[in-house]
Amino acid sequence: MDIRKVKKLIELLEESGIAEIEIHEGEESVRISRHPTGGNWIAPQVMSAAPGAAPAGGHAVGEASQQPPPPEGHTVTAPMVGTYYGAPAPGAKPFVQIGSKVEVGDTLCIIEAMKMMNQIESDAAGTVVAVLAENGEPVEFGQPLFIVE
Amino acid sequence: MLDKVVIANRGEIALRILRACRELGIKTVAVHSTADSSQKHVLLADESVCIGPPPSAQSYLNMPAIISAAEVTDAIGIHPGYGFLSENADFAERVEKSGFVFIGPRPETIRLMGDKVSAIRTMKAAGIPCVPGSDGPLGDDPEENLKMARSIGYPVLIKASGGGGGRGMRVVHSDATLVNAITVTRSEALAAFSNEVVYLEKFLDRPRHIEFQVLADGQGHAVHLGERDCSMQRRHQKVVEEAPAPGISEEQRDFIGRRCVEACLEIGYRGAGTFEFLYQDGEFFFIEMNTRIQVEHPVTEMITGIDIVKEQMYIADGRPLRIRQEDVVIRGHAIECRINAEDPKTFMPSPGPVRQWHAPGGPGIRVDSHIYSGYQVPPFYDSMIGKLIAHGSNRESAIARMQTALSEIVVEGIRTNIPLHQEIFSHSAFKAGGTDIHYLEKRLGL
Repeated sequence: MDIRKVKKLIELLEESGIAEIEIHEGEESVRISRHPTGGNWIAPQVMSAAPGAAPAGGHAVGEASQQPPPPEGHTVTAPMVGTYYGAPAPGAKPFVQIGSKVEVGDTLCIIEAMKMMNQIESDAAGTVVAVLAENGEPVEFGQPLFIVE
Repeated sequence: MLDKVVIANRGEIALRILRACRELGIKTVAVHSTADSSQKHVLLADESVCIGPPPSAQSYLNMPAIISAAEVTDAIGIHPGYGFLSENADFAERVEKSGFVFIGPRPETIRLMGDKVSAIRTMKAAGIPCVPGSDGPLGDDPEENLKMARSIGYPVLIKASGGGGGRGMRVVHSDATLVNAITVTRSEALAAFSNEVVYLEKFLDRPRHIEFQVLADGQGHAVHLGERDCSMQRRHQKVVEEAPAPGISEEQRDFIGRRCVEACLEIGYRGAGTFEFLYQDGEFFFIEMNTRIQVEHPVTEMITGIDIVKEQMYIADGRPLRIRQEDVVIRGHAIECRINAEDPKTFMPSPGPVRQWHAPGGPGIRVDSHIYSGYQVPPFYDSMIGKLIAHGSNRESAIARMQTALSEIVVEGIRTNIPLHQEIFSHSAFKAGGTDIHYLEKRLGL
């Protein structure tokens, strides 16, 4: 479970009138409450006995835990580390959405790193069938961002 | 204390840094290449960020990627470990300019010591004995260079100012080959280090490699933690290291140690550092300074009881050094064997799956390794898979404990140099102590 996700949950809790929130993701769960009553904080890192089986650490930055299998198509992955932005500016229209048709070289998103905005271009032509990252989310090298069919 | 640190390295040293961070309550961010997602420290870290594909140039040497990872995780500091970017002054500068703490010396210091010519000049001025040499860069005039070599006395060593760690060096035995050798070394240096400056040193024919560990807080306090003997080498790569150095007296330790401390204060050194010397016929000669934590730091930790990586964190946090020279007491003897994934006879690297790993134990045994059963040793990086350290009340005890540990350790699925270590520990010359840097290669017939 990603620490950033947990941070977001805490923000959600603080902004709303909710007293307690509990999320289950696979075998991990987290409960956050305003007045903790000895609830469980499950630390995100779990050293598995056979780590060779799972190449990606269970708490890698921005790990997406989708229950349904991702759609078929070519996955565009992040070529660098940084913060993902789906639109050229806050409030502007996103570069692409599900259903957008793209050519090779079309800008799909921006990854910001060290105060520089880097436009990430599509390396495939087709239709965007999945957008896998969220605006403002930190992404790591190789992280799946889009699926283009 | 620093809230969160990016561990900008891999393998056993990344795990070592992680352990120090855990002890100090520092949150850890493991940056890694796609080949290293299953490394032990990556799985243990609070957060991990994949920064690139396997080649080091695109991952562990990728400055923007590492700094970005620090940004997106809101880290405070970056620990560069050893190798990779640890002695890259540009990286240290960029880290600091980006608002992070670089756990190491100031960029200017790294630059000063990275240039071997200026390092030697600085050390000489600080009263540290150096190898007789050209005392400066060689010019283009062949006659001048020949005169210089003759006054030093053959054989001489041509060294690249931008080199270090045994790289960028060539021995010359007579006038006949000097001028060409200088030209060749220059072009190699330009290609390897982007710096064609070379200098000359007297070639010592049977020196020992003895280095002194220092800690300095950059606020006017520095101590030395004694010396290490790293003479057991193959192709300038250390194979076995020990502390203290056999046969070195308290007076000698004090003499050189104090001068190293003075030099640290002179240059405003900050962090952990090592002064490397060649030792021959009872004399020490400075060759270079390493401005980082070293692979063999555990042997110093075992005999002094001081946790050098923790001290690096305290210093980076801006705290004055808590250790005074009188607190540094040497107890017993420690030896370290570098365990490499390589064929013990041919030295060919042996990456692949570690089907079974079993670490030795018992009194005085320390294992610094990131390996576990089922781990895949990737082919992209250096072959060291761990360090086996033995401490005893005296050298004989440390040797005996190491021999037991070497017989207990199990690494199956890949080849390792464990048989080589067992061989070395059976040599009477090793048991007597004081072998020079050419000993191992001569003995192995290399």
